[in-house]
Amino acid sequence: MEFWFTEQHTENVRFSVKVDRQLLSKQSDFQRIDVFQSPEFGKFFSLDGYIMITEKDEFIYHDMIVHVPMSVNPDIKRVLVIGAGDGGTIRELCRYASIEHIDMVEIDEEVVTVCRQFFPSTACSFDDPRVKLHFEDGLKFVRSKKNDYDLILVDSTDPVGPGEGLFTREFYGNCYNALSESGILVNQHESPYYSFNAVAMQRAHRRIREKFPIARVYQAHIPTYPSGYWLFGFASKKFDPIKDLDAVKWNALNLKTKYYNTELHVGCFALPNYVKELLKNDHE
Amino acid sequence: MTQLDQSKAPIAEAMITHTHKRTVAFDVPGHKQGKGNPMLREFLGDKCLRFDMNSRKDLDNLCHPVGVILEAEEIAAQAFGAGHAFFIVNGTTAAVQAMVMNVARKEEKIILPRNVHRSAIYALILTGAIPVYVNPGVHPKLGIPLGMQLKDVEEAILKNPDAKAVFVNNPTYYGICSDLPAIVELAHRHNMKVIVDEAHGTHFYFKSGLPVSAMAAGADMAAVSMHKTGGSLTQSSFLLIQDPKMMGEVRQVLNLTHTTSGSYLLLSSLDITRKFLALHGEEEFSRVMQLTDYARTEINKIPGFYCFGSDIINGGNIANFDTTKLTIHTRGIGLAGIEVYDILRDEYDIQVELGDLGNILAIVGIGDKRQDIERLISALMDIQENYAKEDFGMITYEYVSPIVRVSPQRAFYATQKKVKIVEALDEIAGESIMVYPPGIPILAPGELITQEAIDYILYAKDRGSFLTGIEDTAIEYINVLEV
Repeated sequence: MEFWFTEQHTENVRFSVKVDRQLLSKQSDFQRIDVFQSPEFGKFFSLDGYIMITEKDEFIYHDMIVHVPMSVNPDIKRVLVIGAGDGGTIRELCRYASIEHIDMVEIDEEVVTVCRQFFPSTACSFDDPRVKLHFEDGLKFVRSKKNDYDLILVDSTDPVGPGEGLFTREFYGNCYNALSESGILVNQHESPYYSFNAVAMQRAHRRIREKFPIARVYQAHIPTYPSGYWLFGFASKKFDPIKDLDAVKWNALNLKTKYYNTELHVGCFALPNYVKELLKNDHE
Repeated sequence: MTQLDQSKAPIAEAMITHTHKRTVAFDVPGHKQGKGNPMLREFLGDKCLRFDMNSRKDLDNLCHPVGVILEAEEIAAQAFGAGHAFFIVNGTTAAVQAMVMNVARKEEKIILPRNVHRSAIYALILTGAIPVYVNPGVHPKLGIPLGMQLKDVEEAILKNPDAKAVFVNNPTYYGICSDLPAIVELAHRHNMKVIVDEAHGTHFYFKSGLPVSAMAAGADMAAVSMHKTGGSLTQSSFLLIQDPKMMGEVRQVLNLTHTTSGSYLLLSSLDITRKFLALHGEEEFSRVMQLTDYARTEINKIPGFYCFGSDIINGGNIANFDTTKLTIHTRGIGLAGIEVYDILRDEYDIQVELGDLGNILAIVGIGDKRQDIERLISALMDIQENYAKEDFGMITYEYVSPIVRVSPQRAFYATQKKVKIVEALDEIAGESIMVYPPGIPILAPGELITQEAIDYILYAKDRGSFLTGIEDTAIEYINVLEV
């Protein structure tokens, strides 16, 4: 007998992971949560059938969403994280002694509960005294904030389902207001490869570009996400992600990372031509 | 009365049973369960086409139901607390027309609010009945038409004791309710029937704590758009009657305009939706009310927006208010409702039901989630920050009391000519002119063109109000009757 987890990446493409056993399946108020043990990726969990993190490749996503903005502005003190129920983003942030406060807003408390139980390697910093957890709608949380954060990380699901409101103009507008003058917004920016994700990626880029004077996109290789190729958005009121990279200061922190380094930082903003083209034609 | 089982859906169940027979079809519809139209089957889905059926013995017949349709109608009647419920698949327009045609024949009078839906005017054209209009009043700040005041209805009744019926819009599009039980009591005391356009009030029947429904208020007939707030397919509705003995008579009139090929997709959608709401309506609409209460509180925290609720009830032309309606007054941020409507659609991918000069109306229903509400609130907040302008006042509205000279039917079929509006004094109007806001006609076909009406048209035009219904979009000429 073989037991395979299959995710529909497009109508015509499936991605399958061999599974040893299923550890949990439950329906929260927002989504279905499943946890599996697999020979290739270790433990992984999915929301509504889409893989969120695996023990084996989560370091790539979490390195890239956190260290890119932190090396551009190492003085970041107040951080808002939206989504990120698995805890990996919080874990990376907590490695910076300079960060004073982290608000994490996750709509689904059940995700945090499940990750605390099954993913201690990512869910290890929720109890850091600087971290405050809020279980509510990110869109709602951010709209009451003014000039409260130096960094906002949008570590969300895709724009279908509970994450939908986090890809909208109203959300980016409210994020802009919630950020300080030197604020940076980094968001999970979908993939450019398959057309469904690409459209979401273009729309998100247009909305961010309309709001922020600096709006760039960078890339990472994430094996378990559709096409294995994923983008992040870097938007800021004043920092250019490359010109303002403070490599000396960041390297002096001596943080050991498995994916990120400051040479890769510069390289990850160099995009393939088809992606540049998509970003240029983002108005449709 | 025996309690019928609301968990049954006789039409839908018969349709399923019928497909199991695998009958060879030598009857309409010609696509033969979709086999003959693969393109359409691909588009709408296999199941949809298999259920697009013809009236057959075991599926009953909408024009003269004796089987599953009659059974479904009887169950629906109990769900609505009505004497009988007719399944309508021609839109609520068909139900409104059947109501009017049932209560008022040629040259008979019917009392209606001036801002009545055009389906009622079309019914007057069909029957030849004479309208007696009541001023619904307009909210001075919001610019929306309100309900009929009891004393105005009474005045109309006393002036027209020969009128056959009173027609009530309840609730209005904006959720405004008249004092329906008092109007019913008053009309019945004067031997007049009460018919209610309840297009926006389906949920009143399935949730306690909402304004009283037409059937509970004792009205004689009501047209209920199940598809608007109930959740059935577009174009499906119920016509409700209080007295079950009227069933045969009403059916005959209904059949004059109702289709003879009733769609089973629409019929089953009514059947299943009635079942769903009878079983779960209370909790579903409680959730809707929580969403709208929450949205109202949050929107009212945004400077410049005003989302009214029960606070506007005034005991007169706002006797009650349906709090599931989310109308947001936008003039406080210096934008017309229609501008906010456009910005929401173009910039935020949010579609609301309507925008008028002063307001937008968002319909919140059983399909909405808390996150959708958060998007609307956040978008309004972002609009306030990025688009707000100087506040500007509403144009004041004056009610022009109509003088009906000939029936809408005679006006409709009469030979007409064009004259300049400024020279149209004492002519009889051949068309309507409606002014937005508040969406109340200044003139309707068959009415005397008075100096007051001419002056008001010119004033509204001069102030840049939106005038509709008239053929000449430059508002220079008006069609009048050849005498």
